[in-house]
Amino acid sequence: MSSRLVVFLIPIVVIAAFWLMAKAEKKLAHDPTHKSFFERNGTVLGLTFILLVAFWALFLVVLPYLYMVVESFHPKLPPMKRGGPEDVLTLEQYKSFFITPSDNTWNTNHMGAFVFTIVTSVVVTAVNFAICYPLAYYMAQAGTAQKVRLIMLGLIVPYWVNEILRAFSLRLLLASKGLINQALMGMGLTDKPLDFLAMDVGLYVGLSYAYLLVMIFPLYNAIESLDKNQIEAARDLGAPWWKIHRDVVIPYAKPGIASGCTMVFMLAAGSLAAPQFLGGPSTLWFTSVVYDFFFQAFNWPRGAAYAFILLAACIAFVMLMLRLFKVSLGETIK
Amino acid sequence: MSSKFVMKGMIGFYIALFFLYLFGPLAVMSVTAFNTPNYPTAYPFEGFTLDWFVKLWNHRAMMEGLWNSIIIGFGVVAVSVPVGLAAAIIMNQIYHRARGLFYLVTVSPVLTPGVIIGISTVIFWKDMMGLTEFTKATFYKGIILSILGQSSFVAAYALLIIMARLQRFDRAQEEAALDLGASHPQVFWHILLPFLKPALISASVIAFLSSFENYNTTTFAILADKTLVTVLAGEVRQGTTPALSALAVIIIGISLIGAIIYEVMKRREEYQAERAKERAKLAERSDLADAAPAGLK
Repeated sequence: MSSRLVVFLIPIVVIAAFWLMAKAEKKLAHDPTHKSFFERNGTVLGLTFILLVAFWALFLVVLPYLYMVVESFHPKLPPMKRGGPEDVLTLEQYKSFFITPSDNTWNTNHMGAFVFTIVTSVVVTAVNFAICYPLAYYMAQAGTAQKVRLIMLGLIVPYWVNEILRAFSLRLLLASKGLINQALMGMGLTDKPLDFLAMDVGLYVGLSYAYLLVMIFPLYNAIESLDKNQIEAARDLGAPWWKIHRDVVIPYAKPGIASGCTMVFMLAAGSLAAPQFLGGPSTLWFTSVVYDFFFQAFNWPRGAAYAFILLAACIAFVMLMLRLFKVSLGETIK
Repeated sequence: MSSKFVMKGMIGFYIALFFLYLFGPLAVMSVTAFNTPNYPTAYPFEGFTLDWFVKLWNHRAMMEGLWNSIIIGFGVVAVSVPVGLAAAIIMNQIYHRARGLFYLVTVSPVLTPGVIIGISTVIFWKDMMGLTEFTKATFYKGIILSILGQSSFVAAYALLIIMARLQRFDRAQEEAALDLGASHPQVFWHILLPFLKPALISASVIAFLSSFENYNTTTFAILADKTLVTVLAGEVRQGTTPALSALAVIIIGISLIGAIIYEVMKRREEYQAERAKERAKLAERSDLADAAPAGLK
């Protein structure tokens, strides 16, 4: 268990470091009007706040994440042998992502699923941006208050229906006996039903449909605070509409765009429902791979390693994009 | 001005298309709930039936799941709203160099894929609760793990909602009450909480809803138990039945009613605010009228 105990030491060390820094700084800059945390909140309440937040930050967020990472560096063992001499640190789970352990060939299956997941998520993010931007702009700048509230309600109501049922509804539409195929065949455009699900059309539509709202609200919030006079001025100076968007609205709304795109990308890459219910039979989504390690192979360490690979890749990708578009992370999560 | 007219038409067309995309699938699904064929079919409409609703009502696993979902929902509200409130208060007062890290740690669950939250919750708590036989038997349960896993990110939603309102809180009120001899808990109960009430209510509603419809985290954390959503997922994976459409019709019905109530309440609020403003104006005028003769005397 010793390697797992390290997990508990990390937060203690970090908190102690900040504690000492705070102490040292207080000594240097002596400020008599400064009230300590407990003077300001009272002992009972202050203690309650700290306990609640410590429980959350440590036991629900930091420790489980770190624990999962440590678990991924361990071999798969039956419960009896955990903590025994065979429970050593190993890179075997990460290696298995690249090289199949059973026959020592490249693990093209899983690497392919990984690349497919990332690429599809990028495409879905771009498509959603293209779909949502005009509506967000209309809501923020052009529509009347009454209309905007109605649109807002119209946007929210479908999202009360949960993810699974929304995926189900799309599956009904796109199935070989579904309404779209009936219509296509009725019009004589095709004589046998198209298999939209096997062509991954279902997957793309399902992912885009699931996260429309996540894109539209950050965009709306960002564009809404733009002063209408700026657009008027650009128009008066003779800028065509696409130039107004390219040079005025989009640069201004950049934090909102970054926020919406980050959220959609992360959610799409980590989604489970749409790929499970709308993906074709041969489509392999990366979270489904992780899911199978947990529920079919019962190989938790390998599942944890794959989950960590996904998380690390997503974070790296988002950071890269934010750097490219020169937006800070703080602006993104608001 | 014909180009403006064309533009308007195009915007209208675009919005119509957008909402067709949003509502179309749900509408088609709703139709299938009332149609007789075994396979959910919207067209041709062979006959009106309510059998699928009866089937849904008699679906034991789904009702069991619904019950668990409600328990988990309330559990998540009970954990995440107080935690979010405490975190929002601490956020303002924490040592300034630690604030960035604190923010990163508390908000990171919002961006972390739900699958990963679910996995890490199960792996961590399995070992923690497995330390003694007693804790394992009492706490290592799907419902408890789901509450813990979901609370990790729902508390972050609560934090963001509550913090937005807390930033408008005037600390002078707090100081004044303290100077007049109120204790810290009194200030908290009688001044801070009433001020935060709207934020606390919306945080609770959002917490319940996001818990209720969560799939990615719950599917791992629920272990051998089930929630409504995991039962649904199993059903959809196995095949399709119009009973699922019937469930969707019920949910859509409830949300439409909710939306209408919200709209009516909002309108009434606006109306009352308008009335109050007018009354204030009138009162001010009559005050002036009262004051004037007094000044002349």
